[in-house]
Amino acid sequence: MSYLKKIIHNCKKATYLIDKKEMGRITLREHIELRIHLIGCSFCRIYGKQSRAINKMVRELFRSATQPGVKLDDDFKKDLQERIEEELNK
Amino acid sequence: MNNLLNPHQWVAAHADYLYNYAISRINDEEQAKDLVQETFLAALQKTNSFEGRSSERTWLTAILKNKIIDVYRKKSSGLRPAETVAAEQEQNEFFDQDTGHWLKEFGPKEIGIEDKDHIISREFEEILKKCLLKLPGLWKAVFTMKHIDEEPTDTICAELKVTPSNFWVIIHRAKLNLRACLQKNWI
Repeated sequence: MSYLKKIIHNCKKATYLIDKKEMGRITLREHIELRIHLIGCSFCRIYGKQSRAINKMVRELFRSATQPGVKLDDDFKKDLQERIEEELNK
Repeated sequence: MNNLLNPHQWVAAHADYLYNYAISRINDEEQAKDLVQETFLAALQKTNSFEGRSSERTWLTAILKNKIIDVYRKKSSGLRPAETVAAEQEQNEFFDQDTGHWLKEFGPKEIGIEDKDHIISREFEEILKKCLLKLPGLWKAVFTMKHIDEEPTDTICAELKVTPSNFWVIIHRAKLNLRACLQKNWI
């Protein structure tokens, strides 16, 4: 298989480069290879959009999750504070 | 006792917050509770190290975070766990063995999240949570530390003992897996 054909077909590599580019750095050569691949590959173009969307959604999900949604039960909290007081009185 | 801290109010002021922090990262209620307790007890042992440069909550959260990393590390040490092997195998089937091209049935299809300003529905959020739960432990650890805590790559590699090249493979594999899970369960 020619070098160019390899680039055009290899979605496994292209999706890796998409994810790496999003969060880190890829080389100039990789950049060019990815551009060439994306021209001909609609699957990977969708993958790229979804990859970015997932990053954003996950971040939003966790941001809302750290505002207390789940609460500890009162008994557990009471025991825990007592345990702390015991330690403090040692 | 360090008078910048007020342990008499710790549980009332921070327990729920810490519990939520833990549970969104390890998905195990009992273990999350244990970690909250361990965090307070460990904090009591080192009250002298608190200099008031950060808030009490930030200080406690940092202690909890280290405990969570220990949990991740224990999970990922030793042999590659069966769940990781299974997940890797699953995604090898997405692509043509010879060319690396997407196989038609696994290839990405639009699922309504491609637009920049799309709105996430509650149902979609639930599916995303379930898909996150299914990630193998180490992948989830790497993925959360990078995306949520926005830790530098070097720090994550050092803390979880993975090489930089393995780090990018994991980031990518976690994404492949998540995306496939969303497509499968949303359409």
